Parts: sequence; C-alpha cells; structure tokens
Amino acid sequence: MKTLTDNWSTYWDGFLGTLSLFAASAVLSLVLGVLMAGFRVSPVRPLRVFGTVWVTVLRNTPLTLLFFIVVLGLPRFDITLPFYTFAVLALGCYTSAFVCESMRSGINTVPSGQGEAARSLGMSFGQTMSLVVLPQAYRSVVAPIGSVMIALAKNTAIAGSFSVTELLGTYRTINELGYSIIWTFFWIAVGYLIITLAISAVFNLLERRVAVSR
Amino acid sequence: MNTVPEPAPPGNPAFAPLIEMRGVNKHFGELHVLQDIELTVGRGEVVVVVGPSGSGKSTLCRAINRLEPIERGTILIDGQPLPAEGKGLAKLRAEVGMVFQSFNLFAHKTVLQNVSLAQIKVRGRAKAEADAKSRSLLERVGLSAHADKYPAQLSGGQQQRVAIARALAMDPKALLFDEPTSALDPEMINEVLDVMRQLASEGMTMVVVTHEMGFARASANRVVFMADGRIVEDRAPEDFFSAPESARARDFLSKILKH
Repeated sequence: MKTLTDNWSTYWDGFLGTLSLFAASAVLSLVLGVLMAGFRVSPVRPLRVFGTVWVTVLRNTPLTLLFFIVVLGLPRFDITLPFYTFAVLALGCYTSAFVCESMRSGINTVPSGQGEAARSLGMSFGQTMSLVVLPQAYRSVVAPIGSVMIALAKNTAIAGSFSVTELLGTYRTINELGYSIIWTFFWIAVGYLIITLAISAVFNLLERRVAVSR
Repeated sequence: MNTVPEPAPPGNPAFAPLIEMRGVNKHFGELHVLQDIELTVGRGEVVVVVGPSGSGKSTLCRAINRLEPIERGTILIDGQPLPAEGKGLAKLRAEVGMVFQSFNLFAHKTVLQNVSLAQIKVRGRAKAEADAKSRSLLERVGLSAHADKYPAQLSGGQQQRVAIARALAMDPKALLFDEPTSALDPEMINEVLDVMRQLASEGMTMVVVTHEMGFARASANRVVFMADGRIVEDRAPEDFFSAPESARARDFLSKILKH
C-alpha cells in the first residue's frame, strides 16, 4: 500500500493519461469505424475498395509498427504533432479497423429487405444506413464493440514507449525510486482493471438496454 | 389519395404510359432471367403478372424501381428514363411505391413511425403533418388501433396492410406489389386483397406479381403471363383465363386452377 500512497501523484497522472488516451482514441475509432463500415457496404466501388484496403492494412499490421510509422513517418511529411496526438491517431486508426468489422457483421445481421424497403421509399444510401440499418445493427454489435474497446484500453500501454504519459510507463519512475517491482506492477494492474471493468459495466448496461427495447 | 383518371385501355388516344420497359434484359449468372421484355403500363392501369416460379416475374417487378439493375434496355417512368444509382434514383423511387412479399416493415419502429418516416425524411413533411396523414391511411387499411405497436406484434396480414399504407404515404404515381400475399396464412390473404381491390377501383396504377388468380380476374385490366424470362401473353383477364393462347399458359392454368 505504501508503494501506492507514496507515489500517488505519479500513479494518478498515469491513470489519467491512460484514461484520456483511451477516451480520445475510442471516439476516433468509433467514428472512423462506422464510416469505414459504411464505405464497405456502399454501392460506390471506390469507397468499398478504400474501406477494404483500410481494414486490411490496419488490422494486419502490428500496433507497435503503426506507432513507429506515425511517430517517425509523419514528421517526414512535415507533420509534427505532440506525441499524444500521434498516439491517438495510431490507436484510433488501428482500432477503427476492428470496429469496422464488428459493425459490418452487425449490418449483415439486418435482413436485406429492410434496406430494400428504405430505398424503395426514396431514402438515400446515407438515410437507409443511419435511419434503418445501423439502429438495427446496433443491438448485435454492442458486445463485440465492448471487447474491441477493452482491447483498446490495454493497447494504450504501448504509447508509454513513445514518450506519452500513461499508466504502464509509471513503473520506470517508481522503480527508480527503489520500490518493489511486484507491488509497482500490482497497483498498475489495479488501475487497468478499474478502467476495463468500467468499460465492461457500461457495455453490459447498453446490452441490457437494447435487449429490453426489442 | 391522389386523384387518378379512369383507367384507359391501350389503344385509346387518352392512354398515357406511366411505366415503359423496352428491350429489357438481365442475367443472373448463366440464367437469362429477363429476355427482351416489352411492357407498357398506362396511368390508372392494373397489370397482374403471373407465371410459374422462376419465370422472372419478381425480377421484372423489382427492375421497375431498379432494386434489380438491368443489363440492357430502357425503363421509363412517366417518360423519364430510370437514372443510375444516386439522388435521381432515390427521387424516382419515392414516386413508385413497393410492397414486398416479406412486408419489410422497419422492425425497430412503431407502425406509425413506419408510415411517417419517409414522409418526414424524404418528402420533408413536418412530423405532425406526416403523422396525421399516417393515421388517416392506417384508418383506411383498418389498423388505426395498432399505430403504436411494433411490427412483430402484428399478424402477417396486418403487417402487409401497414406496408401498403407506408407506400401510399408517399403519394406514389404507381404501386408495385411483389407477391404481396405469398407469405400470408390463407385466412389473412383476403384482408390484404381487399385493400388492393379498393386501390384498384380508385384508379391507382398497379403492377402486381401474384398467384391470386381471383384478384387477377376481378381487378386486373391486363394479365401478363411470364415463362422462362419472357412475356408469353399480355391480354385482358377474361381472354387469358378463358382462352389462353400459348401451351405454356394452358399448362400453367391447368395446374393452378384444378385443385
């Protein structure tokens, strides 16, 4: 317990760092993921191709490599951003590929007649998706998106190796002060558990809500 | 309801084509599902399309609002060629209502919302105005008591009547029916046919793919018989049912009328 109380502010900063990385990347990944899922089922071929390439590249590349590409690659094109922003970009884009695929499997659970009925009434592709298909896909994607979000929370740990303040990285500071490595990591693990269990709880709640409205 | 003139038979100088298909062709892989289709539907006409399963009649119906894209030929709605996918097509689809075999009511919306949604989002009507229109249409199909239920809480026949109300809410120039009673239990078929008969008598332009020969006989201006992707006969219902010209049609009628 001494390890925690003595280093409270270090832990707290790390915890907040992880939380904010998670929140920003989660928003980015959900927005991009839904957009890419829309691309992948759109009637426009170039959009479909773009969505497929996006998912294929990002889903099949190690996240650490993606970090290197963003952190070392983007500055070559004179794009210099804070490390935090780079980290959010890497995490958000990477996770969006998984969000996209979860969304797409959800979209495929909606009978094709729903989309046909919407189109036959004169709705555009965007209206068909946002008013008819996605609301019905939503209930079947809550659980898989929850898993993706938990994975994202844990993946934020990689950002620590790229000069971003986050929870896992606090072990270096605390360890240098001579605290037991086991207890250092124990409290770090507790911090992650708080975040991931909170995400689980939120998604359980969402799942129960969509189950009721059925 | 929009007012529609009395149905005018083909050949009449007042005959104004609303739907025209010219040399329409389509394949599903190897299967030539629509072969050189020539079909004209006049304003206020009720055309019933019959034929054995797999003859292409559903595809023909779905091609009219381009739910099935065609490979060759032209389709004109009210003199305008069917546009490619995009805003123009969406606009045109709003003018041509469609009723599906499996109803396809929006499962996450109430009955009232089902009928109002496209009025608000496509026609740009205010919600109160759309809901008022929806309620009067639901009244017409005898379902005003069910406005706040979800589709899953209704019987098949009730769902299909909601689907008809939903299509009518757009004030369409024509209605397409793709086997509207084929998924219904026998005792529910009539409640849907009643609504359709009423629409037909009011002069709505209708293309109806169906196996209900009674409806074809009583309400159709013309019966189109399809087999193997071709239109084999296109005649008045009395002539078709009493004296079919082709062997295919005679064979078909003997199978469905004798049991």
